[in-house]
Amino acid sequence: MTNTLHRFGKPETLEDDFIVFIMASRGVNHEGAPEKVRLFLDAALKYHPVNIGSGLKGLMYRPEKDLNFKKLYLEGRREKVSAEAAVASLEDSLYAAVVFDNRAAMEGFLKEVKTLDLGLSVNVSALADEVRGACRKSGITIHSIEYSLGFHGDLFRLPDRLVLSLTTMCGHGMISANFARKLVDRVKEARLTPEKAAGYMAKFCVCGAFNLSRAIRLLRTARQDD
Amino acid sequence: MRVDRKKCVGCANCVPVCPMEAIFIDSDGYAEINEEACVECRTCYRGLSVENLPPWPVRYIRRLLAAVHLRFQPEPDICPTGALDPNELSWPRNVRSAFSDPQVTHESTNMGGRGTAEAKTNDVTNRIKEGEAGFVVELGRPGVGVYFKEVDRVSRALSEQGMTFEKENPVTYLMRDPETGSIREDVLEEKVLSCIIESKTRLEKVPHILDVIKALAPSLDTVISLGVSTRCDEAGNDSLQGILQGMGYDAWRAKINLGLGRNSEPSQDTESEKI
Repeated sequence: MTNTLHRFGKPETLEDDFIVFIMASRGVNHEGAPEKVRLFLDAALKYHPVNIGSGLKGLMYRPEKDLNFKKLYLEGRREKVSAEAAVASLEDSLYAAVVFDNRAAMEGFLKEVKTLDLGLSVNVSALADEVRGACRKSGITIHSIEYSLGFHGDLFRLPDRLVLSLTTMCGHGMISANFARKLVDRVKEARLTPEKAAGYMAKFCVCGAFNLSRAIRLLRTARQDD
Repeated sequence: MRVDRKKCVGCANCVPVCPMEAIFIDSDGYAEINEEACVECRTCYRGLSVENLPPWPVRYIRRLLAAVHLRFQPEPDICPTGALDPNELSWPRNVRSAFSDPQVTHESTNMGGRGTAEAKTNDVTNRIKEGEAGFVVELGRPGVGVYFKEVDRVSRALSEQGMTFEKENPVTYLMRDPETGSIREDVLEEKVLSCIIESKTRLEKVPHILDVIKALAPSLDTVISLGVSTRCDEAGNDSLQGILQGMGYDAWRAKINLGLGRNSEPSQDTESEKI
């Protein structure tokens, strides 16, 4: 899952973006791992993650396959479920990710994860210095580090900076540039709120790594600048 | 992926959601898939909500409204009639979905996503040891896609520099010969959303390998997302960031393994035991 590593943007636009994920290794520590993953997620709920993911079942933002007139126009759509409901609905998984939009939450969560001593690999994908600082405070010694060196090759094929900042928050590439551009345009035309547009995009990210808070902030800025 | 023309009403909501721009509206007014461009990621099928409306009244209303220059258009994340239909895939076409649909588990590594663990489990696998650097070259990302013939060019170039490919990696499994980095011929014309070549070398060779990749990248018919990893010392420090910044790379964003993992199944034949 390099899916969280290459998020596009200048450091100051990534200061509200922290993805903490846990994963087991088959043949190493996968026995009993689903229960540990669930403990990890239960602990994360206290720190109010903006998104979580653990396979399609455990998503906070999910497509609705059974829409009808009543749901659309009378009851209202239920494209977002609470983090608690998302965790409750997840199936056994060897992996989970939680996204925080502030350093204090990430720091508090890391301290708790260390105390839980789950024995599975835990990673944080964010600005390196921010994580180093949080680790020092939590008494955690970093084991390994993977740096993002950005994009190379035929860069003319990439979309503009705003669209790229939005689409790279789903590293698996499930949010297309054209869809993000369409939503950006609608936000700028005041036909769609940033919150609604961010929610639309989040549903396409199947691993739950999409940061809603950052997306909303980027869309609001784009609307103001336009 | 295919579009059920009996259900499609031509609303075109599926067109922009395709990451590969493989969906278009044909001359009859229905959505159609360009099979060559489609990487079988199922984003359209999975991501769009479905309203399950009967197709003929929707078509009728759309035509009626069009006559007075109005449009019946569902919300941008809805397929009103559930017209997208994932079809069965066979070899080598199923390579596309294996690498492009994060919910398909790679048979080679038993993992979803792009099927790689990289440094994320290095605390229990010890894949990248102190003094080593792991290269994670993801071709096709972000949002461009890549043919395996391009992957073949990069893996061969890395092999020529003496890089060692990670065994537990789906691209390595597709290599005819991991010594040369050559990809098997029957998948060279297959296109995927992205795939990751994982390899490693000594830390001191990082500048040279980066120069090789930098020189090769402009000639590729795609883009690369590049990552380099290393194991930290006992104090949690690493010399890699200094090397990278010395070469002009920002290297301020990273994925950091906190070292909280443990090997709880020592009887298994694990990577860490082999080392």
